[in-house]
Amino acid sequence: MADPIKVYPSRPQKVYFFGTCLVDMFYPDAGIAGVELLEREGIEVIFPQGQTCCGQPAYTSGYHDEARSVARAQLDLFPEDWPIVVPSGSCGGMMRKHYPSLFKDTPEATQAAEIAGRVWELTDFLLNVCHIKLEDLGEPVTVAMHTSCSARREMGVAEVGPALLGQLKNVNLVEQIRPEECCGFGGTFAVRHPEISGAMVEEKVGTLVDTGAREFVTTDCGCLMNIAGYAEKNGKPLEGQHILSFLWERTRGNKGGQS
Amino acid sequence: MSETIAKAHPHIDVKEFHPRAHAAIHNPKIRQNFRKAMDGLMAKRTAAFEGWDLETLRDLGANIRLKALSNLPDLLEQLEQKLTENGIKVHWAVDGDEACRIVRDICVARDAKSVIKGKSMVSEEMELNHYLQDQGIEALESDLGEYIVQLADETPSHIIMPAIHKNTGEISELLHEKTGTDLSNDVEYLTASARQQLREKFMNADVGVSGVNFAVAETGTLCLVENEGNGRMTTTVPKCHIAVTGIEKVVPSLEDVSALLALLTRSATGQHITTYFNMISSPRKGEELDGPEEVHVVLVDNGRSSIYQDDELLDTLRCIRCGACMNHCPVYTRVGGHTYGTTYPGPIGKILMPHLIGLDEGRHLPTASSLCGACGEVCPVKIPIPDLLVRLRQESVDGDRLHPAKVRGHGAKRSTGEALIWKGWAWMHASPGIYRLGTGVAARFRALQPSKAGAWTDYRTAPKLAAKTLHQRMKERGQ
Repeated sequence: MADPIKVYPSRPQKVYFFGTCLVDMFYPDAGIAGVELLEREGIEVIFPQGQTCCGQPAYTSGYHDEARSVARAQLDLFPEDWPIVVPSGSCGGMMRKHYPSLFKDTPEATQAAEIAGRVWELTDFLLNVCHIKLEDLGEPVTVAMHTSCSARREMGVAEVGPALLGQLKNVNLVEQIRPEECCGFGGTFAVRHPEISGAMVEEKVGTLVDTGAREFVTTDCGCLMNIAGYAEKNGKPLEGQHILSFLWERTRGNKGGQS
Repeated sequence: MSETIAKAHPHIDVKEFHPRAHAAIHNPKIRQNFRKAMDGLMAKRTAAFEGWDLETLRDLGANIRLKALSNLPDLLEQLEQKLTENGIKVHWAVDGDEACRIVRDICVARDAKSVIKGKSMVSEEMELNHYLQDQGIEALESDLGEYIVQLADETPSHIIMPAIHKNTGEISELLHEKTGTDLSNDVEYLTASARQQLREKFMNADVGVSGVNFAVAETGTLCLVENEGNGRMTTTVPKCHIAVTGIEKVVPSLEDVSALLALLTRSATGQHITTYFNMISSPRKGEELDGPEEVHVVLVDNGRSSIYQDDELLDTLRCIRCGACMNHCPVYTRVGGHTYGTTYPGPIGKILMPHLIGLDEGRHLPTASSLCGACGEVCPVKIPIPDLLVRLRQESVDGDRLHPAKVRGHGAKRSTGEALIWKGWAWMHASPGIYRLGTGVAARFRALQPSKAGAWTDYRTAPKLAAKTLHQRMKERGQ
């Protein structure tokens, strides 16, 4: 009944990198930042060029046949037993939590369950598998953080982002009220129920701006394009970045971080 | 007052979800009333569980409910036998209409003209008040929130706090208009005035109707949780008490009640215990001075046994009606309870109502969620609400050939156009070469990206395509 307890693997020599379709098309810098951070930790990154999307958009819309055919196209990309790291709680949650049920009663059931057990949200992997130590080379800055609902509730990594930011001595992390409340993205929800989604992101941006921070970081590109897109359209003084981009930019001068 | 109550409810069209959501979102008073109330309820719940091993308690609650459901037919038989032994008459109703007729027949047999009601969501499912009114029997709500909602000729906007959509000023105006109470923002005065009105009704009512929180099979005991004493009055003052309950409320033993009660009151209102906890085991016995002469239980199915047929959907029936899912729901907080147009609003309504009204009527319900998971996280009996929402989305578009849909009205939301879009999407994303070609071309011609993207750009700017995809950049790095 209880959620399965996370058992972190020992630090591997290689990982598979599943970039996600949003990072691929809109935020490749965040993907590259994730790769750089892993490589600085001495880990070889394998990026299967055959990867596309985890299948989540169709899955949460109810089109499970279509979700399964897209997800099936990803299953053979990870033949070795290396961890699969994902720069997103949402896509990570799809693969880790929902692949087993999506492939239930199919010939791929065993393979999908095996892959699901190897999927890690990337910041969680950096902190709790690589035990990364970050040396801040940036100017003093105040930032807020929005952890995506799937990172928080499906991948259980709500503590990870603040812990990583806490390692950066020039970063003042401030917390908005109701940090655990959804920003209103929700994939196709944002276009099926635009007014409700709009009311949610309006309040989220309001609470972030109220912290006094002019920048926020987040674990997921869906939240990023929602929150930053609302702020930009409505002239709110708030800019956003994927947390991996932020971490890499502030520590990239430090090439000797391998431990 | 009876004139107000006699007014028929305008038929609520569940399908009109979007216009009602629009109205609620642009109504600052509704937004403020719900935000303030939900913030308060969330804080109270958190405080009430402080020092508790909440996860262990939730596991216990979930296991108790699962165990009860896995044995439901036997437990119901045992419950019927024990209740009967205790002198309580048991009735079975397939749906709300049959349950209404049973209540009416009991009233008619006693020549009852007035019914006083304790809070019961099953009676809302049955639309009992209006049915009785049509039969010439006055039904008056005695829970303060329900009383307010009835005076306003509305439906409850929350399952625990039916009038949560109104603030003190609005309630004062309503009481002033309907009952002649002075306009006042003094909550104690307003409550006292409502109590005054209700006291008299209690004394004169022929029948009391209540709900049930837990029905204990082993002992034949009906448990009723409440704060105002109206439940105690309803079940003891009139000569006849009728309890209406869904068939899923049965638990094996009294021992099971303690954990569920601890979870229920803390999850619902952040209380360690409610002011009243009633345990009803029989009608008045020979020597006793008070209590009803007759006690009836109406066990209502109303779609529940069809939910019971499916291993996954079955989890819906674990619900103990605490309302924590709606208190924590960012959608419910924005649109309020009435927007749903259903007896049960919020997350639990979205997974329960499609079974009661069909997925054709309730087609918008499962989609009105960002799947944020806050509901599942706080549910005291760990109902996987987000997973059930996804299941119902699949059912409403007939989206899974491996697991054919079975909920009444399934497939109603499937449209050829949307199905084609997803087919095209799947074709592209299941063919890596085509995907890379397509995304590569999009990146190359990103200057042509339109600045408008449907409803998305009504509120936000469009995300900007990068000059090169991650695939391209990794290839350049030799990876």
